Formats: sequence, C-alpha cells, structure tokens
Amino acid sequence: MLKALHCVIRRDLLLAFRRRADVLTTLFFFVIVATLFPLGVGPDPVLLRAMAPGILWVAALLASMLALGRLFALDYADGTLEQMLLSAEPLSVIVIGKVIAHWLVSGFPLILVAPLLGVQFDLPGRSIMVLVASLLIGTPILSLIGAIGAALTLGVRGGGVLVSLLVLPLYVPVLIFGAGAVGAEMSGLGGDAHLLLLGGLLACALALTPWVTAVALRIALE
Amino acid sequence: MTLQAHQLTCIRGDRRLFTDVGLEINAGDALRVVGTNGSGKTSLLRILCGLALPVDGEVRWHGHNIRGLREEFCRNLVYIGHANGVKDDLLAWENVVVTSTLSGNPVSREDAGNALEQLGLGHAADLPTRALSQGQRKRVALARLQFGKAAPLWILDEPFTALDLDAVTALRATLNCHLAEGGMVIYTTHQEIDLAARRSLRVELNQATSC
Repeated sequence: MLKALHCVIRRDLLLAFRRRADVLTTLFFFVIVATLFPLGVGPDPVLLRAMAPGILWVAALLASMLALGRLFALDYADGTLEQMLLSAEPLSVIVIGKVIAHWLVSGFPLILVAPLLGVQFDLPGRSIMVLVASLLIGTPILSLIGAIGAALTLGVRGGGVLVSLLVLPLYVPVLIFGAGAVGAEMSGLGGDAHLLLLGGLLACALALTPWVTAVALRIALE
Repeated sequence: MTLQAHQLTCIRGDRRLFTDVGLEINAGDALRVVGTNGSGKTSLLRILCGLALPVDGEVRWHGHNIRGLREEFCRNLVYIGHANGVKDDLLAWENVVVTSTLSGNPVSREDAGNALEQLGLGHAADLPTRALSQGQRKRVALARLQFGKAAPLWILDEPFTALDLDAVTALRATLNCHLAEGGMVIYTTHQEIDLAARRSLRVELNQATSC
C-alpha cells in the first residue's frame, strides 16, 4: 500500500516537474493578486496591515483553486485514471497520494513566498510566523476539499467555473480560521486557538475527503 | 476460476445497446466480443471490469458480485482500454513501472526495459511517450501484459489496432501463452485473429434499439 502511495506521489511530482510552467502560473497568480490590493487601496500602512490576513488568505484560496483543474483532468483524458480505478490498491490511498503531490506543487510554494508578501503589507514578524503556520495547516485542507470538487466535475463542460461554485463555499471555515489566526495575533490575543481549530479541520478532512473523492471518481467515470 | 455475467442490460442515452447478455468463461477460455461500431462492445467490457454499472444484471467473479469485491477482483484483472493509459510526459519505461506498480505488481527499471525489448521497443525505452507513434504507444500499454501472469483475467479493448504485423504476431503469442497457462482473455477486434484457447467463445452485439 505504501509502495503504491510512494509511486503515485513520485509520478505526479515527476509530471509536474516536466510541466514546470503550469506550476509557476499558480505561484505568480498568488503573488500578483496579493500585490494588486496595495496598488488599488492605496499606501496607508494601518489599513494595509489590517487587511493583510484576509487578502493573503483569499489570494491563497483562489490560487489553490486555480490549480485544481490539473488534479484529475489530465489523467482522465489519457485513460490513466481508469487504470487507477482498477488498481489492486485502495482508490482512497491513490487519491491521498495525488493530493499530497498536488499540495507539494501548488500549496507549498505559496507558503514559501507568503512571508515576503507579508512584509509588503507591513505585517510584524510574529504575525508573519502565524500566517505561515496557518497556511501550513490550512492549504492541505484546501487541496483535500478541492479534490472532491475536481472529481465531481470531471468531464463536465465548463467544469472550471463549476468547481469554484462547488468548492469555494466549503473553503469558508478554512478562510475564517486561517485569516482569523493572523488577525488575533495582531490584536494581541494570540492565534493558538484558531490554529488548533484549523488543525482539527485538517484531521477531519484527512480522514473523510479521500474516501469521498474516491466515490466521486467512480461516479464520474461510470 | 469463473467470470459470469447475468442478464446484462446497457442503455446509452435513448438507445438500448444490449439486453439480457449472459456469459460464463472459465480458465483457458477466450471470449471475443463481436459487433459493429456503436454496438456496445466497449460498454460491455467496461461493465465486465466494473468501471461502469449495468442498468440491469450483474457480473460475478467466483460467484460473488464484483461490486462487492473491488480490489480483490482488480488484483485478478488486467484491463487495457481504448485510451491506452499512457502518460505523454513520462518515459516509456516509467509508464510501464507506474502501471505495473499500481496493479499491485511493482517492477524494476530493468524488468520494464526487458518487457519493452520483447515488444521491439528496446530503443525507445528512454524516450518520452510523446515522441512515439500511435502503434508504439499501444505497445507501451501492452508491455504490462508481460507482468500480467499473476492476474488471470485479461480484458483487452481492440488490442490489435495500430500494431504492425510483427507486433500482432508477438501479441498473439503472448495471449496464447497466457491461455495455455489457464488464463482468460476477453477481447474485441475487427481483425480476423484466432487464439488457441480451450474454448473460443463469441458474443454478438448487434441488437441496439431505441427506447
């Protein structure tokens, strides 16, 4: 079982590496969206500092959603997804492998550039640390939940728009606790409680979503 | 070792492709599904391997419905469909390693290379599949049959299309060898190809009606 998990992660990372341009678009999208706000709202440091957690989290949300299209659609088109459904390994294990690889490629880079964008909004050092921590716990949840939407919209015309309608409402709790953690830290309350709640969400998502995604994939291919 | 299908019915859109299709195959049997384009051959094969649900009827492996067996059934199955299941961005040998590992049969790079060599693709093992022709891709997909001995049931959708004469002969030899060892093969083809099976069965699907 671990061998299959390892094989799927390696395969997807290899494929992403051979299509580097696709990966970079997500990252640049995140950077550009987060940069547009200071330009639009104006250079008032107090205002920017107050808005920063929300803006950075919404940008991360949109960027990770943008990448969802790549999760299953290409495998669906060339028939490799069929082979995964007929695999001797449980489909949910394969799904976990694909989501891990997807997060490493589309979520993890966002966490790496987030501190830089935090500086752009004049966030204090400790808040930036909380921001990174909240993204580290939160973005895997986005990938896990997004996988359900990506699986359900396979082969549907206009699936890209539909997936955002399906998935964005489900992202709301993550957004509230993720941005809330940074906000609480800045107001002096400490972001621990929010981060713990995010951790709880991650545990739930990790336990339930691979199984739901597997069912959705079977329905999509029928 | 038996695969049975009982009263399978398949409806696509408003066309009833087939009704009451029943079949039973045992070790060493080859089953050829025959029909014109659009008669439901691929649909039948997808139902038999559990990818699609029939409107009516059920498929049984050793007497148990395959919906309940899932991975246990899949461990006994090799399915190569219309879409080859070959990744364009992976090298030929990487494709073979990935598909074999996922079917529960991890192989090394050397094994994959040897399998490709046997199909006359030794020189292309290190090329990305994107650079290969249609027939060569088909051979990359078929290379996993070399490791398919553990799985008795092979379901192949048009395995002979796009292959040149040598490759057709080689594939026929592989299939015959599998049948001689007690395997089962279910296949579709529009070419006249005979396999040396214990029993050569045929299912004709030419009864599509609108409903």
